[in-house]
Amino acid sequence: MLELENITKVYKAGQTEVPALRGISCRIESGEMVSIIGPSGSGKSTLMNIIGCLDKPTSGQYRLDGTEVSELNDNQLAEIRNKKIGFVFQSFNLLSRTTALANVELPLIYSGASNRRQRALQVLESVGLAHRVTHRPSELAGGEQQRVAIARALVNNPSLILADEPTGNLDTQTSKEIMLLFEQLHEQGMTIVLVTHEPDIAAYTQRTIKIRDGQIEGSVR
Amino acid sequence: MKLWDCFSTALRALLSNKLRSALTMLGILIGVAAVIAVLSLGRVQATLVEQAFATLGANLIYVMPREAGVGGMVGEATLTLEDAEAIARHAPSVAGVAPTAQTYAQVIAGREKLNSLIAGVTPEAEWVDNYVAAQGSFITESDYRARSRVAVLGSEVAKTLFGQMDPTGQSIRIAGRQFQVIGVLESRGMGFGVEDLRVYVPLSTFYTTLAASQAGSRGNSVDMISVQAVSSDELESAEQEITAILRDLHRIGEGERDDFRVLNMESVAGQLTQVMGILQLVLAGIAGISLLVGGIGIMNIMLVSVTERIREIGLRKAVGAKRRDILIQFLVEAATLGLCGGALGVGLGWIIVIIMSIVATNLGFPFSAVLSGNAVVLALSVAICIGLITGLYPAIRAARLDPIESLRHE
Repeated sequence: MLELENITKVYKAGQTEVPALRGISCRIESGEMVSIIGPSGSGKSTLMNIIGCLDKPTSGQYRLDGTEVSELNDNQLAEIRNKKIGFVFQSFNLLSRTTALANVELPLIYSGASNRRQRALQVLESVGLAHRVTHRPSELAGGEQQRVAIARALVNNPSLILADEPTGNLDTQTSKEIMLLFEQLHEQGMTIVLVTHEPDIAAYTQRTIKIRDGQIEGSVR
Repeated sequence: MKLWDCFSTALRALLSNKLRSALTMLGILIGVAAVIAVLSLGRVQATLVEQAFATLGANLIYVMPREAGVGGMVGEATLTLEDAEAIARHAPSVAGVAPTAQTYAQVIAGREKLNSLIAGVTPEAEWVDNYVAAQGSFITESDYRARSRVAVLGSEVAKTLFGQMDPTGQSIRIAGRQFQVIGVLESRGMGFGVEDLRVYVPLSTFYTTLAASQAGSRGNSVDMISVQAVSSDELESAEQEITAILRDLHRIGEGERDDFRVLNMESVAGQLTQVMGILQLVLAGIAGISLLVGGIGIMNIMLVSVTERIREIGLRKAVGAKRRDILIQFLVEAATLGLCGGALGVGLGWIIVIIMSIVATNLGFPFSAVLSGNAVVLALSVAICIGLITGLYPAIRAARLDPIESLRHE
């Protein structure tokens, strides 16, 4: 479960202060699949960075699984990202030199887990890539690459999957397949937050939070 | 993050850019090879000095014309047989004197021909210069008195002229005159001598048959006088006595320079040490400059590598890498560059040492090519430290990158 309370974020550009978020409050329950939608410049990327613990809010409170995240230092945030959050990016962000398996193992290296290989293989199998584990990203199709990225997000059993335009680089058919995979994960009880500007993609989720000018414009079920 | 993970990550990164990594290692490689060579050269020098003392004893003094090099025949011949006799007669601290005159002449044995140094020596040379006959015997008092045409061969000369055959009793021709071989010397194996390369004849015979033209106005000239002091304690007084006697005989006035040089084994060793020292200094300079340049190369490549991999760093941070993890990753990568360069450098250094030992053995002073464990450990530690030191700044830059900015980086 994740709770945002009156979150603001102000960027300083020289002398002027640019507010990106102006008091965001919302609550996402465990097991929910939610989309955050808004035009570019609306502040949805900033919000995503704060939810993903990549950035700290200027003011306000953010609780993730009961932990007050807004007061943590960099190392503690890194640990939260490692253990509780799984990222899925528009451009996949796989390490090109290494195999699908090694890419999925990456978060486990930083959490110091044992039997990494076994765990990574298991997750790759669950996203339907058991036959591609030794391939490098360049040898995989776009949809397959995103599946590897999703497997990487899942490998540490996170409380939350945070996907930023996960279908932005994919064709319609592949996008549908990836969205079905997210739905499947949701059915298994995973909490998923999707950031997108496409209403089609948002339609897969149970709830859509609309953002405009750094504020929540509405929440639609 | 475990060290092994860091290491395998570093290796993978370096292997994905093989040529670049190899070029980066080059400086460290040359530097470490030079370090290995310097350390080995130090051992060669110690061996040489040790050998010289062991063969000739510490009580030996050489007297040479001022302009002569060690064992050479350059310059004006200022010493004579009479000088040697005067030293033997008047210097109380001297136990034995052995003058040597040298010239080049053609030596023929059967079909074999050789241009060789011919040394005219007295019977005393056997113990003063410590000549040991491996076969036959050395020149005797009666040979000397009778001006016999007998010759003793240096080991290399014997090998060249007679191969595996025993030369004693055989006839050879030196400068067209017939001589009988009466012995062969044991190999000296010395670095700074010509003992193995000479043919020895009685000094008296030398003057009558080979060096008629060499007899100067001041009697029979010699190229070197070897002197054994009574004991090592008397070494200094022996040198002073020799200098006084020769200055007197040569009528050198006060304030004028000696026309001869008196060297003891210590000063010979000192000369050797000086030459080796210069060589070592040059090599050490090469090592230092190469290591410095190598270090700068590593820093340069690590900075490039960090810039190229900003997105990777951002991703690693997003999935949970702490600053420390990124710092260690890049430090290990730089240290691995140093270590690999160092290991290859040890290999190259080892080859240099082997070549040095082959050349040295051919020059007559055998020295075994042994790579000491200490040298390897020292060289590798230096290489790793250079990697760590020069990799520190790029690694800190990588660790400080902001994950959001890095993920957005194109």
